[in-house]
Amino acid sequence: MDQTALTSELSLSSKFGKKGRQKRAVKTFFQAILYLSPALILFITFVFIPLIRSFEISAYITDPIGRLAKFVGLMNYERLFQTTTFMNSFSRTLMFVLYTVPTTILISLGLALLGDLQLKGISVFRMIFSISIAISGATASLMFLYIYHPTVGVNYLLNLVGIHNLTWLVSHKTALLSVALTTVWLQIGLNTVILLAARQTIPEELFESAMIDGANSWNKFLHITLPMLSSTFFFLMVVDMLAAFQTFTPIHVMTKGGPLDSTNLLVYSIYREFYFNGKYGFAASQAIMLFFIMLLLTILQFVFVERKVHYE
Amino acid sequence: MKDQIFSRRLWSSISQYLILIIAAIIILYPIWSAFNIAMMSDTEMGSYPPLQFPTAIRFENIQRALSQAPLGRYLFNSVVQSTLVMVGQLITACLAAYAFAFIEFKWRNFFFLVFLSTMMIPWEATIIPNYLFIKTLGWTDTFQGLAIPFMATGFGTFLLRQFFLKIPHELKDAATMDGCGSFRFLMTIVLPLARPALGTLAVYSFLQTYNQYLWPLLITNNSSMRTVQIGITLLQDEERLMINIVMAGVIFILIPTLTLFVVSNRQLIRGLTAGAVKG
Repeated sequence: MDQTALTSELSLSSKFGKKGRQKRAVKTFFQAILYLSPALILFITFVFIPLIRSFEISAYITDPIGRLAKFVGLMNYERLFQTTTFMNSFSRTLMFVLYTVPTTILISLGLALLGDLQLKGISVFRMIFSISIAISGATASLMFLYIYHPTVGVNYLLNLVGIHNLTWLVSHKTALLSVALTTVWLQIGLNTVILLAARQTIPEELFESAMIDGANSWNKFLHITLPMLSSTFFFLMVVDMLAAFQTFTPIHVMTKGGPLDSTNLLVYSIYREFYFNGKYGFAASQAIMLFFIMLLLTILQFVFVERKVHYE
Repeated sequence: MKDQIFSRRLWSSISQYLILIIAAIIILYPIWSAFNIAMMSDTEMGSYPPLQFPTAIRFENIQRALSQAPLGRYLFNSVVQSTLVMVGQLITACLAAYAFAFIEFKWRNFFFLVFLSTMMIPWEATIIPNYLFIKTLGWTDTFQGLAIPFMATGFGTFLLRQFFLKIPHELKDAATMDGCGSFRFLMTIVLPLARPALGTLAVYSFLQTYNQYLWPLLITNNSSMRTVQIGITLLQDEERLMINIVMAGVIFILIPTLTLFVVSNRQLIRGLTAGAVKG
């Protein structure tokens, strides 16, 4: 609290005495709650109660329209690990994370370094590199759907440079990779923007003194830029992992989980189980698993950021 | 000697431009290819090798897309939904951020943590109960069903609070002494000062909502209430439809967001980097 606020507080409290101060504290409390209430009511209705309800539903078998029918305890969770569907979509999701996260960060780092060059018109390139933040998952998926198209797609151009007949979405071996490529393209914009902003917070003096010491650009990159960006990399890793775990749109638009369930990622599987199969309890147990995975990731990030703040 | 240094600089910047341009072409390729296909006539669609550049600028594919599906209606629905969410988020976040920044009250930190915790709960973890709840309310195929669940924002509250904290507390004390109530203080002093942060939140929340997919997919069935993201993918499901028409539809719905992206680039980037970069 700053000085003036403190003095005004003191003068007020001495004017009204202890009872008055208490009364005033109660009054400010209710005043504050009044300001918080619109958001608070929405959060309670659409976040906190539904989260608890998700736990509840996951302990039941429901009828096809989602009414709780029979309490089954942890049975839905046991089924998760017994049936192949969940284990399959869980492992496919992990693979998807592996495909997308490092690739996205590496490409974005390259683009951010390019966007950092001191050239005329560089802001146009920065805008181009970040363009995917303006593009929705649905439109990007449609665009890539036709890039992968056998006759009008990119295969013709790839043939010219000696890459022949990629199967893209048709084969269960390449479908997940193809979806991953779409996701990488979509995420690059955000990652590049954040890396560019982070790069600009590195004090110029560091580079200048390194230059006086005779460091070349590679040395500067290796010993200044990379370490100074480490917390940003970690942040992006978590953000991209969360996004990868939540991937739904490209699956729904491009593959519907196929071929052979090879792109049946977690959120798509949740959607399919409750929306089409009417298994709300089973779907809810998958949603709860997703919740815990994401919670773990966020806590990891929090711990890391805390440690970083500590060291500074 | 001088000439040599000059020409070396020249070559280095030429090669840098070259790399930049190649990178830009690769990044833009998906959009270019969509545009290229959208400009093809039906006969050109069948030609092999496939055309890589449009032979003419054709608007008729967009017109055909519009006649195949009520894209204009979808666009309207998306804009209404996004505007409602944007206005809702601005109101709820302003009020909450004001309390967190200017009012000293009991359990303030606790409530702030409650707000922050909503950012850690994935939307997918709550989607089944929310879907059932909206159905019981009879809010499927309505704007309130599309918008109200998203009208509060932990991120936005956090963003505005950070900005409000930079406003000197003395202003508040002076205003209070002049008999200015706290709501009037918020409306007449804080909000005008916070305009950049409000712009950031507005652009960010509009774009986020405009690009939503799963929620509108679940709760809209009626064609007149579909949002544009769902509507456009339905075009693709129509077997008899040519790809060039679908891509024309894609180009059509990209125009608003790309315009927003170019016009309000600064606000948008500030919003996106707010959580990531300190200082």
